[in-house]
Amino acid sequence: MASIDTHADGLTSQSWVERIPAHYYFIAIALISMPVFAGDFILFQIFGWTFILGVISLSLMFLAGYGGMVSLAQMTIAGLAGYMVAIFGNSAIDTISQGWPWYVAIPLALLIAVLFGTIVGWLAVRTDGIYTIMITLAIASAFFYFTRQNYVIFNGYSGFNGVLPPQLFGIDWRHPVAFYYLTLFWAVAAYCSVVYISRAPFGLALQGVRDNARRMAALGYNVTAHRVAAYAFAALLAGIGGILLTWQSGQISPGTAGIGPAIDILVIAVIGGLRHPVGPFIGAFIYVLLKTFAVDVLLSLGLAGERFQLLIGLGFLIIVFWSPDGLLGLWERFRSSRSRDPLTGRNGGGREL
Amino acid sequence: MNVPVSNMTRISGNGVGNALELRGVGKSFGALAALADINMVVKPGERRAVLGSNGAGKTTLFNCITGDFLATAGTIRFFGEDISAFPAYERIRRGLRRTYQISLLFTALSVLDNVYLACNGVSRGRFSFRRPQRNDAVTESAETLVNMVHLDSVRNTLVSDLSYGQQRQLEIAMALSGAPRFILFDEPAAGLSPAERRELIDILTNLPGHVGYIIIEHDMDVALRVSDSVTMMHNGRIFKEGKPAEIEDDPEVQALYLGGENHG
Ligand SMILES: Nc1ncnc2c1ncn2[C@@H]1O[C@H](COP(=O)(O)OP(=O)(O)OP(=O)(O)O)[C@@H](O)[C@H]1O
Ligand SMILES: [Mg+2]
Repeated sequence: MASIDTHADGLTSQSWVERIPAHYYFIAIALISMPVFAGDFILFQIFGWTFILGVISLSLMFLAGYGGMVSLAQMTIAGLAGYMVAIFGNSAIDTISQGWPWYVAIPLALLIAVLFGTIVGWLAVRTDGIYTIMITLAIASAFFYFTRQNYVIFNGYSGFNGVLPPQLFGIDWRHPVAFYYLTLFWAVAAYCSVVYISRAPFGLALQGVRDNARRMAALGYNVTAHRVAAYAFAALLAGIGGILLTWQSGQISPGTAGIGPAIDILVIAVIGGLRHPVGPFIGAFIYVLLKTFAVDVLLSLGLAGERFQLLIGLGFLIIVFWSPDGLLGLWERFRSSRSRDPLTGRNGGGREL
Repeated sequence: MNVPVSNMTRISGNGVGNALELRGVGKSFGALAALADINMVVKPGERRAVLGSNGAGKTTLFNCITGDFLATAGTIRFFGEDISAFPAYERIRRGLRRTYQISLLFTALSVLDNVYLACNGVSRGRFSFRRPQRNDAVTESAETLVNMVHLDSVRNTLVSDLSYGQQRQLEIAMALSGAPRFILFDEPAAGLSPAERRELIDILTNLPGHVGYIIIEHDMDVALRVSDSVTMMHNGRIFKEGKPAEIEDDPEVQALYLGGENHG
């Protein structure tokens, strides 16, 4: 985790078009033209879900990778945003839902998510390492049990169904193609904002806080305020992901933001890699593929379907033991071993991600 | 306890009383009293050397002044303001700077990024989510400082790849960021080559006249060359203060330091 974005290009400004590497354009074309060759199920269920989980997981990667703070409350913040659009906007539970227009309900939901994330951060930054994980996990489970028992606001065990995106521009945003582009747009926006901020003064200072908090204080930085601000920004990402997740399934209930999903978000980020913002999306893609297809594969092999959880767990273990930097780390090692000079053993020119 | 100083014009320039005023400052680590009853007055623009054997409490004194640790007793005033209870960042924003005896740098970042962080910490753009523009003032001052300590050839190199001497130079550059009013140098010359030492002395003697400092230095020759006054410490206490010449000639000091031990 030591060297995120080590090349110092942030302070010299070329034209931004020149700075985008060629393979980015290929990926962009592939993603934009996806609906031409992929079916509805792939668009909605595989890619839509990948982008959503990627965004939520990205909020964890931002905190952990750049800030050195592992928060298990990101799924809770996402869930809270989902609940808030259901409560302020429309759902099938019209005794609770206020039915306010989307341009009120969505900003309000995000605002509450950011406020909540700020409070979580304010509590969590007093702790370090394993204690941060414990306190955020405690918040996640408290939220889970609270929503399950509270019927006045959160409608208890069953939560809300019929939570749909607004019919903006006359488009049904839950139609697979529209939903694909909607989630793609927010995934790209979240990814780009994290990449951009990582080299802005705030992001650079956050990395400084991660590496040496004492020195940062001796340079004039209020370390606590910086960490809390990072939680607030991460909460905005998680909130966006949470609203999209609620629209995708059309419902939100305590189970959406339970302990299991909270840990899944961590697993996704770790499998993909915490060193670069693309990691969470790679992790999410693998997670979604496993969750969608592993059951069928296992059944066809004559094994019980539930074993796919075991598969994810095993994959997690292998990654943690073998490559603490996730699949990104594996890929980098593979590239640097290929570019290594067979005689001197020295590294040829594998550029850092 | 006021020290007569050689260069009166430089020192009387800033009429805010004292740059630094310590009254009864103490610091205990459990049962160990690392500092006890430190009283010390440094005028604006004054250059003070602190000498003392290993474990005398010199670094602890710096840590208490900058707020890396809070002192357990006494008051610290910085240009008249009581900063005893301030967190480190508030003290730094008031113009206090320091270097560390054991380099405390961001090894995963480049040289320029390290200095940029230092310059940005005392600017208003600390929380900016926008990347710096071309000709950004903070970036430019960072570049100036990198050039000043002759690190321009390695400005984009990761700090972990720098030599020891270069890392020490970088510590100096970071302490000069922003508009320092007073700087604490913790053994900046330790481990430097003679050429690097000369460069360091150059940088120190060429600092603007209103910038005062305290320098911890084991090498008596260097210490006496760059300071107006000297404080001797022993076992967490100050036991002698005076002009360099007085200290050098003091029989007690000679017996304790100049005869026996030889650091650096
Ligand atoms: N964080 C700490 N915790 C406990 N004891 C400490 C701590 N820092 C310093 N000390 C103790 O305080 C005393 C003074 O240490 P200090 O580092 O200030 O000495 P120094 O004068 O800077 O010595 P040197 O010349 O070796 O740098 C020592 O006995 C040291 O062991
Ligand atoms: Mg020391």
